Amino acid sequence: MTSPATSSGPPAGALLVARGIAKRFGGVQALSDVSFEIRNGEIYGLIGPNGAGKTTLFNVLTGIYQPDGGTFTFAGHPLSGLKPNEVARRGIARTFQNIRLFGNLSALENVMIGRHVRTRAGVFGAMLRDARTRHEEAAIEKRAFELLEYVGVARRANDLARHLPYGDQRRLEIARALATDPKLLALDEPAAGMNATETASLRALLEGIRRDGTTILLIEHDMKLVMAVCDRVLVLDYGKKIAEGTAAEVQKDPQVVAAYLGGDVALNLKGAA
Amino acid sequence: MKALFDTSKNPALVWAGVAVVGVALIALPFALASVGTAWVRITNLAILFVFLALGLNIVVGFAGLLDLGYIAFYAVGAYVYALLASPHFDIHLPFWVILPIGAALACLFGVLLGAPTLKLRGDYLAIVTLGFGEIIRIFLNNLSQPINITNGPQGVTLIDPFRIGGLSFRNTDTFLGLSFSGPIKYYYFLLAVLLAVIVINIRLQDSRIGRAWEAIREDEIAARAMGINTRNMKLLAFAMGASFGGIAGGIFSAMQGFISPESFILLESIMVLAMVVLGGMGNIWGVIVGALLLSFAPEILRYTVEPVQKALFGRTLIEPEVIRMLLFGFALVLMMLFRPAGLLPSATRKRELEGGRRES
Repeated sequence: MTSPATSSGPPAGALLVARGIAKRFGGVQALSDVSFEIRNGEIYGLIGPNGAGKTTLFNVLTGIYQPDGGTFTFAGHPLSGLKPNEVARRGIARTFQNIRLFGNLSALENVMIGRHVRTRAGVFGAMLRDARTRHEEAAIEKRAFELLEYVGVARRANDLARHLPYGDQRRLEIARALATDPKLLALDEPAAGMNATETASLRALLEGIRRDGTTILLIEHDMKLVMAVCDRVLVLDYGKKIAEGTAAEVQKDPQVVAAYLGGDVALNLKGAA
Repeated sequence: MKALFDTSKNPALVWAGVAVVGVALIALPFALASVGTAWVRITNLAILFVFLALGLNIVVGFAGLLDLGYIAFYAVGAYVYALLASPHFDIHLPFWVILPIGAALACLFGVLLGAPTLKLRGDYLAIVTLGFGEIIRIFLNNLSQPINITNGPQGVTLIDPFRIGGLSFRNTDTFLGLSFSGPIKYYYFLLAVLLAVIVINIRLQDSRIGRAWEAIREDEIAARAMGINTRNMKLLAFAMGASFGGIAGGIFSAMQGFISPESFILLESIMVLAMVVLGGMGNIWGVIVGALLLSFAPEILRYTVEPVQKALFGRTLIEPEVIRMLLFGFALVLMMLFRPAGLLPSATRKRELEGGRRES
């Protein structure tokens, strides 16, 4: 198992700073005092047992929930109080654990919708179809198709999203998120349900996205993938941060081992994967 | 949808088809008039219902917001025209001034309905919109006191017809040996507006705005996560749909010459919704077919039910009005059983990506 990114070293500077994030649902403290920093250009892993608060953290970050405490600072600006669409406009795009594509629209249209936030045509432009709108529309289509090619779903461009095979749906969701020109791409278990071959090509895709300059926040249960692509990993358990560090550091941490296995057992991730 | 207008594939055939349909549509009112002027009026009303159905399709079909009070916007448009072009206030503005006012006011009411219902979906939204439709109708019924604005249940009479220069849409004019009656003039006006409305609808659907609406319909949370301002887009859908209703109402007012709150009951809202659902939600051509079918079917039944009974039994056993609604309801139930997605369901909208095709 190699950890590829630390050798090249991520560019300096924090893209996202989380300070003391807390979220409570009734009597359940889903997140308490979670702080971390994601640096420009890195792949930052977020792991933890089921129910640890990973997806809640995603939802708080992307404005679906408002945090009960703490702040996010993204590219130097606070994110607090922003709605999901405003967060997307600032440059955070996400995928969903239970895929949420626009099922009755074609794959291409799904990605074209991702361009919405970076384009301008209004209702009069749509009705009059002036030169500028036509030009913008052509650019949207072109960019959407390029992204489909980038993630490898171009041959299914005209199929309805719900008719795509599972792995392609995951990839399509990534293409749709990339269409918003994000600075930070937040992926919620992209490898869930994938076989080994699909996971390997997903890994190549993630590394390609990072190489092309997009920072990635990755929730993932596939430890082999996490250990392979993540520069640094944050471990959550019962809504608390229990460890942070490189993949190699984290997997040796006794608290992490205890969280995953419920006791003082040596965690051999190479074997487990 | 696009293939229909894709003249690059078979230009001669397509243009020939367009020419045939065009000539047929232009000749239609004279053919109908030879059967009876009533049929021209029926056709005009059918076209008005196509407008309404296309307007509602923006809200229900594109954005996925179930609206059971749509007829209220039709009522707003109709009353704006009636009050600004009748002896009631003795104001007589020309139609090209009133129709935009009616559209704007209906649009405002659309936003007024949309704003408080932004967080509602499905059944809940349906109930609120249903209430809204009734509120408008009851207001129209009772705004005769203390100041007489709507003239209450008596309605507004002697509404001005359309006038273009000296040409009144009420009189019959003879031109090139053809007799153009009032309904025939309205027919041509409606046909022209209908063309514009269809083009606008197609363009809206196939645009950044249309895609945003469809994204909201498919998955609102994902749409927001993709940066779509769902609040503005929903309000825009309500506003656009309402404007179409407002324009249709204005034309209705002028065509009928008389309106009363009776014309804007809940059943009318349900009828327009049935047109959208029957044709195929979100499919413009399906909605048009649905609207024409549901407009003409009752009229055709009206003229056939009685003679058929007379021929079979020698007398009228069941009143035409009763059996008409019965057959109508039965047909709708069958439709829902066998073609639940509508006559022309919104098909996989295939996009021919010229650049992409070549690369792939």
